[in-house]
Amino acid sequence: MDSSRTERRRRAPRAARAAAATTGVALALAACSVVGRAETGGGGATAGSGGTVVLVTHDSFALPDELVAQFEADTGYTLETRAPGDGGALVNQLILTKDAPIGDAVYGIDSSFATRALEEGVLEPYTAPGAVAEYAVGDGLTPIDVGDVCINVDREWFADAGLPEPVTLEDLADPAYRDLLVVTNPATSSPGLAFLLATVGAFGEDGWLDYWARLRDNGLKVAAGWSDAYYVDFSGSSGEGDRPLVLSYASSPPYEVPDGVTDPADAPTAALLETCYRQVEYAGVLAGAANPEGARAVVDWLLTPEVQAAIPESMYMYPVTDVPLPDSWTRFAPLSPAPHQVPPDVVDANREQWISAWTDTVIG
Amino acid sequence: MSVTAATRRPGDPGPAAPGRPGGPPARLARPPLRGLRWLGWALAGGLPLAFLVVFFAYPVGAIVGRGFVTDGALDLSGFAEVFGRARTWRVVGLTLGQAAVGTALAVVLGVPGAYLLYRTTFRGRGLLRAFVVVPFVLPTVVVGVAFRSVLAPSGPLGFLGWEESFAGVVAALVFFNYAVVVRTVGAFWADLDPRAEQAARALGATPWRAFTSVTLPALTPAIASAAAIVFLFCATAFGVVLVLGGLRYGTVETEIWVLTTQMLDLRGAAVLSVVQLVVVAGVLAVAGGARRRRERALRFTAPRREVPPLALRGPARRTGDVVAAAVTGVVVVGLLGLPLGTVLVRSFREPGGGWGLANYVNLGTTGGRNTLNVTVWEAVATSLRTAVDATLVAVLVGGLVALVVSRRPRARGAARAVRLFDALFMLPLGVSAVTVGFGFLVALDRPFGLDVDLRTSPLLVPLAQAVVATPLVVRTVLPVLRAIDARLHDAAATLGAGPARVLRHVDWPVAARSLGLAVGLAFAVSLGEFGATSFLARPDRPTLPVVIFRLIGRPGAENLGMALAACVLLGAVTAVVMALAERLRSGGEQW
Repeated sequence: MDSSRTERRRRAPRAARAAAATTGVALALAACSVVGRAETGGGGATAGSGGTVVLVTHDSFALPDELVAQFEADTGYTLETRAPGDGGALVNQLILTKDAPIGDAVYGIDSSFATRALEEGVLEPYTAPGAVAEYAVGDGLTPIDVGDVCINVDREWFADAGLPEPVTLEDLADPAYRDLLVVTNPATSSPGLAFLLATVGAFGEDGWLDYWARLRDNGLKVAAGWSDAYYVDFSGSSGEGDRPLVLSYASSPPYEVPDGVTDPADAPTAALLETCYRQVEYAGVLAGAANPEGARAVVDWLLTPEVQAAIPESMYMYPVTDVPLPDSWTRFAPLSPAPHQVPPDVVDANREQWISAWTDTVIG
Repeated sequence: MSVTAATRRPGDPGPAAPGRPGGPPARLARPPLRGLRWLGWALAGGLPLAFLVVFFAYPVGAIVGRGFVTDGALDLSGFAEVFGRARTWRVVGLTLGQAAVGTALAVVLGVPGAYLLYRTTFRGRGLLRAFVVVPFVLPTVVVGVAFRSVLAPSGPLGFLGWEESFAGVVAALVFFNYAVVVRTVGAFWADLDPRAEQAARALGATPWRAFTSVTLPALTPAIASAAAIVFLFCATAFGVVLVLGGLRYGTVETEIWVLTTQMLDLRGAAVLSVVQLVVVAGVLAVAGGARRRRERALRFTAPRREVPPLALRGPARRTGDVVAAAVTGVVVVGLLGLPLGTVLVRSFREPGGGWGLANYVNLGTTGGRNTLNVTVWEAVATSLRTAVDATLVAVLVGGLVALVVSRRPRARGAARAVRLFDALFMLPLGVSAVTVGFGFLVALDRPFGLDVDLRTSPLLVPLAQAVVATPLVVRTVLPVLRAIDARLHDAAATLGAGPARVLRHVDWPVAARSLGLAVGLAFAVSLGEFGATSFLARPDRPTLPVVIFRLIGRPGAENLGMALAACVLLGAVTAVVMALAERLRSGGEQW
């Protein structure tokens, strides 16, 4: 017992030193913690003269800091953003928090979920002056930007193979293009759902499933999300995949163009403009907003020429108003002249059922 | 010589728990201030409980509850409906199957790794120890891409035909969770007295027999702990299942995600959440039982602490070493190395072609044509700050839980309450991040009627991460605290030490040794957490995994390159943190 007692006595101060060291490290770390430098959120005490306005949006929301600063200077509001999810997740969260909204304004409700948002009453009836009538869905949502989900083609692959590039949806089911296409799953990916809707738009509610059965029999591949379809399975881009046809966006090709290339004929990839579905993104004022006036100001601001012009490079979508596009976009990323479309209320009434039917047919 | 705290090693299961058959030593003197002592324990148990209730039970209950209430009345018809679907049964079966096979493989492969990294010495051991933890924190979206580029028909392992298969998903689950087994079992094994096995060998047992009949049973508590954690991680894996298996291999977790975020079918999601909870509770009960049976039966001490060098050749060659080295070599090179190597190599491919550091230089920018609104370095800073907060909370809460659970009250009811308390804090590992994320939004606007909107608090992200990290802290600290002979507490009290003094002089010196590892694991969990964070992080202040997710969600070689470089950075930060934590731990051992 003696020996162990001396050993313990020898240990005690070292243990104390360990404790002191740990505490010291903890304190040093705490100095750089979030709490240490957190700005108070939502309170409005630190805000500009008009108070804080909270914009709920999707997680790819990004606008240049100068534009936000300009908005704050012009209106006196302080803009805060929250991004609780994307697409369906965003709308479903707004519905769940209807009684205690998580913000004042929303931006990023997509056309396939627009009707649900309107019907669930998450929006104030407000449409910004100058809203584009072409994409109107109902009082409460102002269209801000559009984008086309299209099949993209690896042009080099087709040139090497001596095969003409496909053009239409019908071509994709042609045995000449067997095992060449990868799309994403509509149950887990927003472009996947858009492409499902493109086929409904093209072949009608009676014919679209047959088309998918033909695609399946023609060696279709389905990936869970855009990233792994585009970066793993697609042979274009930086991928080493083995499929030269991928579901992506009309806006994707400019990002694959090497510096110095200016002729669209030399772009390594292109969008097949006859396979597109048009998505529209909307903004609106949330019902029960703490700062409804600020929210209206935000919706109006999103339609200003400055923000509209910044949308392509910041968020990879096309402005809904008539502002000039970036040079590379005019060259390499034209919108489809005749995209496939399905009315938002029809989408809303059938979405779940279509996804189930698709799953049964394609995945089994 | 009698066993005292001074000679006992951390991780020893410890003999003589009061309350076991055989009876506790009689307490000779009642400690003074009994009421105060009671208050202390109530606080130690109450604080973590309050934390769990506010940031886990209440939000999860709120969102699940919505699924069972229709027009203000309780409606349980969802159960009949969901269980009437053939798909539900298939999904539940697949979840259990994937998690069981993944856990079994992680244990079978991890135990040799634990031996190699904690019971032998060789050059580069520290590096390897840090390396195996890297997969644990990497974002699934990148690992998914890396795994798929290895397994795709055009990839190096394409010939296996594992793409979109059960095998591919299981391989990825083992990839993520291997470190949990190696760490948990290794730390325990390092402190195990080797003399029992040596004695068996001296009595003529073959190495294999000595291992299976002496060492393996002794390791059971640690293996059960690790297996329980791995099973929970596997059963709630989400991204990796989707990317590698697709919805054909959907699990309860992916189903909850689709139902909640895409379909807003709260009824179906609530039923599946309950199924998930039942499965998790069952697993915890089984693992807890296995742990307790062994903990009671074992009695160890380890006066020696030198670890023999790895012996692969020559006269000292040990078969066990060769097997462990071979298994670990295959795992580290094939399973961990190939996907990680793919990410590493591709991160050096420059966007314009050729090789170089361009992607790393770009980390100081906001991405190809401003994909991000912060630079990657700013995201790193946010991640580190968040992780500090999450770690502080997790270590505080987890430490208190471990302290309470390490005491074994005599009364049967109290003992059961302590076990329940222990299991409660494991639950967050087994519940879907979507459920937690949505629950926060639904419940925390006016928690318990208080006029504070917690949903907008910048603290929400670290708190959500702390909920996930706490169970790991508990599982790391608890075995060490349990190793303290309860008679020491009694002796100290008998000699007149107050409870605070007992804590300071008996428990703290031992517990401090495990804190390094606990801090490291909590930090790693926080750095890598994506599920709940993605619902809560503010777009102007994203964490590193969120930034990586955004980068890889955009076209262009520049964005992909940056995503991969950021991923390497995340791995490197994790490895450094773990190596530092390791140092804190071994330093603690010397103290």
